[in-house]
Amino acid sequence: MIPLLKRILRTGILTEPPPAPQPAAEIERLHDEILAILGRALTIREVDAGSCNGCELEIHALNNPYYNIEGRGIKFVASPRHADMLLVTGPVTKNMENALRIAYDCTPDPKLVVAAGDCACSGGVFGESYASCGRVDNVIAVDLTIPGCPPTPLALMQGILAAVRR
Amino acid sequence: MNIIGLLAQLFAIALALFLAPLLTGWVNQCRAWLQSRTAPPLLQPYYMLHKLFNKDVVLAHGASSLFRFAPFIVFGCMVLACAIVPTLSTDLPFAPAADTIALVGVFGLARIFIALAAMDVGTSFGSLGGRREMLIGFLAEPALLMVIFTTALISQSTSVATIVETLAQREFAIYPSLAFAGVAFTFVSFAENARVPVDNPATHLELTMIHEAMILEYSGRHLALLEWAASLKLYAYSCLGLALFFPWGIPNGDSFPALLAAIPLLVFKLAIGGSLLAIIETVNAKMRIFRAPEYLGTAFLLAVLGLLVRLLLETRV
Repeated sequence: MIPLLKRILRTGILTEPPPAPQPAAEIERLHDEILAILGRALTIREVDAGSCNGCELEIHALNNPYYNIEGRGIKFVASPRHADMLLVTGPVTKNMENALRIAYDCTPDPKLVVAAGDCACSGGVFGESYASCGRVDNVIAVDLTIPGCPPTPLALMQGILAAVRR
Repeated sequence: MNIIGLLAQLFAIALALFLAPLLTGWVNQCRAWLQSRTAPPLLQPYYMLHKLFNKDVVLAHGASSLFRFAPFIVFGCMVLACAIVPTLSTDLPFAPAADTIALVGVFGLARIFIALAAMDVGTSFGSLGGRREMLIGFLAEPALLMVIFTTALISQSTSVATIVETLAQREFAIYPSLAFAGVAFTFVSFAENARVPVDNPATHLELTMIHEAMILEYSGRHLALLEWAASLKLYAYSCLGLALFFPWGIPNGDSFPALLAAIPLLVFKLAIGGSLLAIIETVNAKMRIFRAPEYLGTAFLLAVLGLLVRLLLETRV
């Protein structure tokens, strides 16, 4: 316990401006803008509709101490009923189509849908086939798309902000 | 009961409603700092409540009226608990209305309703959470009662107000039994408030959560009430712990100047307690659910030891 506490003291706060000055300023600006909106308490439900998990890794990075999106009042939640925003990744596979619709119906209004990653935006390399419905917009109405394969955490933060701004 | 006393009681309840989310926010801030992050604002729980009260409610198919009423019952129970625990004064009108055993009963009532509501919708996670909550609850309650009996033996009364008066305003004395009871109480309050060794308030991994699993189906104002009730429960437990083990500075009277003078000390004690809670949570790992009975058994054992120490060693003939 004592070594652990010592280590915590030695480490200090890690949510600092990153080495390159420009992205650092960008993160700060985005944080401030996100703060001013949606009652300062946005909750996100991540829905994997058939993704390869590349996007999930980047979304996961939003929760680390470096990007620390939770420190700005944005939280990932365990149930669509707690959420304000559905963050959907991957081409919508036939198996996940119904699940995605149910998750959308379970989310209380006002709600937003953001499609993250190239597959969710356009169907990506999978397109529409006997196994895939293609892009998320084919199943539920999408408010905003975040392109990228996978989108970087910074792009994701930008996208979340842009969606909330409407 | 006079009108001044009633006003003082209402003031104490209003203060509890106001301070409870603040305490939760403070614990979250301390946790974030200990994880080398910048912390969310202190008022974050208020922003969350404000947002949730402004959202729609989505009810599950097949949710009965129990599901809709449970948040109000749970919230009411927690407000009542906060009114019984002496925070600002030991001489408030609600104090003689219920003793510590009734207080444990109020917590039990809230637990039963939230567990029933979790099972009401019929989802697997709801029933899983409800059963786990009852498991933790039926192990934690006897230990809590034993802790309370130890303090009740010292003051010869089970009324919270009398216990606090005896401990705070009699001549200074050190009771070894209280040390055992204090450790046991800490164990129990971690388990009861869904804190780290037993449950993780920050987890979203369905198979590890207990409290969160029960409220997965709630949304909008129902969820807001349940989150507020969780904050109130943490506040009530913190205040009960402070009242039993660090009662100094709680005035005996219902005059407003005395009440107002007690607020800064209360806030100071809660801030210290909250940061200690965050430190203990950070240096501990969450236990497997099957270790919880051992953990709560230890708490019960310590509480019984405290009781025995009181009975055998401290009683003067």
